[in-house]
Amino acid sequence: MKNHTTVERKSERELIVTRTFNAPARIVFEAWTKPELLKRWWAPKSFGISFLSCEADVRVGGTYRFVFGHAASEQPMAFFGRYIDVTPHSRLVWTNDEGGEGGAVTTVTFEERGADTLVVLHDIYASKEALDDAIASGSTSGFGEAFEQLDEFLATLGASVERS
Amino acid sequence: MLNHMVQYNRTGFDASFAALSDGTRRGILEQLGRADASITDLAEKFRMTLTGMKKHVGVLEQAGLVITEKVGRVRTCRLGLRRLEEEAAWLERYRRLWDARFDELDGVVEELKRKKKADGRNKRQ
Repeated sequence: MKNHTTVERKSERELIVTRTFNAPARIVFEAWTKPELLKRWWAPKSFGISFLSCEADVRVGGTYRFVFGHAASEQPMAFFGRYIDVTPHSRLVWTNDEGGEGGAVTTVTFEERGADTLVVLHDIYASKEALDDAIASGSTSGFGEAFEQLDEFLATLGASVERS
Repeated sequence: MLNHMVQYNRTGFDASFAALSDGTRRGILEQLGRADASITDLAEKFRMTLTGMKKHVGVLEQAGLVITEKVGRVRTCRLGLRRLEEEAAWLERYRRLWDARFDELDGVVEELKRKKKADGRNKRQ
């Protein structure tokens, strides 16, 4: 049976995503920290996007750079930042820098529960306005049908890994 | 949608309930449901001082039930419910993105598990 993903706006400037995986934390952690594995799931096929390149040097101070392509757009999209904390099998923290200063900071924790692992992803924005703006810009779709999916993707992905 | 309104943060709901506990504020929402209005319009309609009306509108605004916008010297108020709906819709799209990602991650995790198991067996042999 498929596990359920929940999303909650925890406070004025925080978003929380949770999901349980049927595997020990060290395995789930590995899939978040090896670029060749990350590449296989971070850009879901059902969203029509694909990686053009995926670089991630997952250690404290290391950087990442993800570049995506989309069928409906000629412009690739780049997301990048720096890892602030890398605690094996339990915690990852990175910045989202493509939006300039004041981008969201993402913390992911991996909590073992019996044979399962609870993953909690926590985005904290610089201010209420920053998160409101991210949501507002994702709520307007003025691009017409062909671009709707891209618009949707940019909005969601944009807010998950960038924005000031 | 309903699920998301349920998941929508509790402090938001508490603020909404507090905002709705007052008869004047419920009246303001009804009024704004008919047409947008300035603070001055509302103050006149409810026979209240500007300061008093500003306070009520402030509470409604905090709760996300009213949105105000200042154009020139006039502050116009309108119902903010649409913003709540937009936010819920955005959160649902955001959830779908992560859900799609995690479904693919399940596949990667299963594969790693199988590999680890096989490696373990090989080591023991």
